[in-house]
Amino acid sequence: MSEKEVLVTIRDLYLEGRTDETWMPIINGVDLTLHKGEVLGLIGESGAGKSTLGLAAMGFTRDGVRIKKGSVEFDGIDLVNASAAVKRGLLGKRIAYVAQSAAASFNPAHKLIDQHSEAPIQHGVMAKSESEADGIELYRRLRLPNPEQIGFRYPHQVSGGQLQRAMTAMAMSCRPDLIIFDEPTTALDVTTQIEVLASIRDIVEQFNTAAIYITHDLAVVAQMADNIKVLLKGDEVEEADTRTMLADPREDYTKSLWAVRSFQRPKKPAVQKGAVPVVRVNHVTAAYGTTPVLFDVDFEIHEGRTVAVVGESGSGKSTAARCITGLLPPKEGQIEFEGVAMPADYRRRNKDQLRQAQMIYQMADTALNPRKTIGEIIGRPVQFYTGLTGNERRRRVDELLAEIELEPSIYHDRLPSELSGGQKQRVGIARALAAEPKFIICDEVTSALDQLVAEGILKLLARLQDTLGLSYMFITHDLATVKSIADEVVVMKDGKVVEQGPKDEMFKPPHHAYTDLLLSSVPEMDPDWLTNLLAERGVDNIGDAAVDKM
Amino acid sequence: MTYILYLILLAGVCVGGGWVFRQSGQMATQNAPYFRDMPLGVASGFVIGLLALIGGIYLYFWNGNQFFRWAIQGFFIFSVLAYYFRLLGQQLGTSASRKLFRQMPMTAAFGMATILVYAFLAIFAGQVSIATIFLIAVVGLPLVIYAQAYFTTEAARSITWIMFGVIAIFIIMYFVGPIAPYGQDQIFPRANIVPGGDPALGGDPAFPLGTDQIGRDILSRLIYGAQNTVGIAFVTTCLAFLIGATFGFLAATLQGWLDQIISRVVDVLMAIPALIFALLLMTIASAWAGSNGALLTVYMIVIIAVIDSTRVYRLARAVGLNIVVMDYIEAAKLRGEGLGYLIFREILPNATAPLLAEFGLRFCFVFLTIASLSFLGVGIQPPLADWGTMVRDLAQFINYAAFAPQAATAPLLAAGAIALLTVAVNFVVDWMLHKSSGLKE
Repeated sequence: MSEKEVLVTIRDLYLEGRTDETWMPIINGVDLTLHKGEVLGLIGESGAGKSTLGLAAMGFTRDGVRIKKGSVEFDGIDLVNASAAVKRGLLGKRIAYVAQSAAASFNPAHKLIDQHSEAPIQHGVMAKSESEADGIELYRRLRLPNPEQIGFRYPHQVSGGQLQRAMTAMAMSCRPDLIIFDEPTTALDVTTQIEVLASIRDIVEQFNTAAIYITHDLAVVAQMADNIKVLLKGDEVEEADTRTMLADPREDYTKSLWAVRSFQRPKKPAVQKGAVPVVRVNHVTAAYGTTPVLFDVDFEIHEGRTVAVVGESGSGKSTAARCITGLLPPKEGQIEFEGVAMPADYRRRNKDQLRQAQMIYQMADTALNPRKTIGEIIGRPVQFYTGLTGNERRRRVDELLAEIELEPSIYHDRLPSELSGGQKQRVGIARALAAEPKFIICDEVTSALDQLVAEGILKLLARLQDTLGLSYMFITHDLATVKSIADEVVVMKDGKVVEQGPKDEMFKPPHHAYTDLLLSSVPEMDPDWLTNLLAERGVDNIGDAAVDKM
Repeated sequence: MTYILYLILLAGVCVGGGWVFRQSGQMATQNAPYFRDMPLGVASGFVIGLLALIGGIYLYFWNGNQFFRWAIQGFFIFSVLAYYFRLLGQQLGTSASRKLFRQMPMTAAFGMATILVYAFLAIFAGQVSIATIFLIAVVGLPLVIYAQAYFTTEAARSITWIMFGVIAIFIIMYFVGPIAPYGQDQIFPRANIVPGGDPALGGDPAFPLGTDQIGRDILSRLIYGAQNTVGIAFVTTCLAFLIGATFGFLAATLQGWLDQIISRVVDVLMAIPALIFALLLMTIASAWAGSNGALLTVYMIVIIAVIDSTRVYRLARAVGLNIVVMDYIEAAKLRGEGLGYLIFREILPNATAPLLAEFGLRFCFVFLTIASLSFLGVGIQPPLADWGTMVRDLAQFINYAAFAPQAATAPLLAAGAIALLTVAVNFVVDWMLHKSSGLKE
């Protein structure tokens, strides 16, 4: 490794960000060395400063962030003190950036290929026709379908995974020495993610480009990086090459990150024959307007059980939840609570029927009214359903706060913006509990959270289930979560239930082909996993390409 | 032709000066990033600013007229006032309000201080009556008691202080008497006294801003004008928001055919040019009102409020539509909450920031509409003083600008009062928009 030429050197870098009126440290004295052609994985929880550090390696700071001290050198050029003109010459040409959301990063008003050739023309590397031909070549290498034509489409005309690959091609357009990947696959489904990962890895190797790969997903970084650096609250925890890091982490924090997915619930006895399920989705068919989205969906949720509904985005799992809550009345079939059919429309359900089914949302930010205190958010359903007021209501709210492990005296008067993501999600749970329901729909409740925080939420949900006898419908696309919390699994694709059954059976072969593909697309912590999978299945039989063949 | 040459020469001086400025800056600071990355345009801008400053100083000390000096002095007085206003805000009040004042830019402080001065003038233009003080005390004390029971201690304490402060100011102003030296409809024997108060130029120290064609004191009418124009504009804007926001949120929440009906009605109203529509309706209203000036004013308030509420409706509906798709609204709906709770407890608190910003802007427009209507003769009726009417009445004096600049300023005083308030409100609105959009720097 040491004989390779050094590309980026960061020495003792301190970055500060402004909150209200004071400067808060974001990065505290981090060192970083990146050689040519090497991939460095930066991992850590949100707020660890990984994106800020990645951008600093380009000599760039976001608004409201400044470099306090330290040096950033790129190929002998001091980026901290470089003039704007020097930086303009480097960015796009020798250093490129791939953002998390390609959909938000492309200009929707221009064709992909025009945006692709912007940087080469600007930097005088290629003429327009050359760069377009080169773009088509890159699209081919990234295995985008129909490479000759896809560049002449607008961003909204291609799918998310294709857009992310087009963005990688764009970053490659000037053959840079360094690419910063900032969570490029976080927003994608597993089957799409695996394709993007394979193509990114491929092209980085082909052109011998150095890369900094920022992510919070350990299994992903294990596939991509040569070295891994772990960050915690702006401090470096440790750095080592990938295999060492995975096999033998030194620090406790790293070990705890590695151990997150170990949470496992004990197996519950099988449901008695003939028991009335808490919720039964009885052959439901539903449509948005005239577009059908659910076809004859049928499953049951029994008391004290967790049913995980798994599938990609667009598979109809959230729509099924909307049918249960009554937001989308089904065209055919009905929703039964404890054996009794419910009115299809939520507006026709009475208070008690509404109380029975509560919901916890994916984005705690939009699920809690930002202008109300925690006490009001939880207190309103308490008052609404149980009629408690004044001190009694306050006592019940405090009870609920204690239940979700938040100290009532501290959090009662706070606003949601003063809470962390995990705490907000806990408040969402408390709001659902305030109605004293029997059944809760959890819609991707952990997918927006860091792994350690998500594990805390899962443990809380499991404990509440044990003490209160709740039933959960757990909507998720993360199979690791399914493994840890579910009792039964329902796999959905294109609005149909593909397979369903107890968890143990579902994770053992033989599977339905789609379930098999889903399971095999979940990255594992083994650094050879992607290589082996590609060898085993072939490039054209993974991810969305394989889904399309079904 | 020579003028064009002068202009080109001036531009050359600015750009050349800018280059020299940047170069010397780079040398003096050992090429600090600030000077190193400065575009030539910015450097030239500094030079233009410097030239403008020199020109201003020259005019002020050697060759300006009295009103230019007054304007400059007024600007400095208001700036100092704004500075101390902000300083006061940083020291008093709750921790939240102190933080607000610490983050406030000077422009917003200037705007707020100006608005407060206008409000002060408007409220205390005439003699304060005992009944008013009594009324405020009767309304205020229960509020203070309510605050003690339901608000946080800090907020309750500041409400108490504000309440007693307001009552104290009213009592002081009761003894001080009216701010306006004369009544708004008081007629003096000498008409057309030139502003400036300099007898040599046709002024009179007893009437520092002169008198109009029928001998009414312009200063008094300006102060009373604040009461009438600003007060009526405020009431009108509040009414427009009450109508527009209510229907807008209703349409956003219920959607469907109700939204379609309200929106199409609003479209029809918006399709007619606002000022012409207002004129048309005012003509009808003046036929109804006859010689009853107060009744016509009420009609005017309603007409302008309805016309402006269409714009408020559009904003409230757009903001509301963004809020109703949030999960917390869905959660409230699934809980079985009623329409009133949804609109007033869930949507409204989240829409206050854009609505407040729009309120400031809308206030300016309403205010200008009233001034225009008064200028055209169908707005606020005499003898009530109003800035728009004053501009119209004194408009012909502008013709004397070439040979009697003092006399020509007479119509500009009311116009300046309108302009200053508009600028002040916009400063505050800009700041609020900036805050609500979450932008930094």
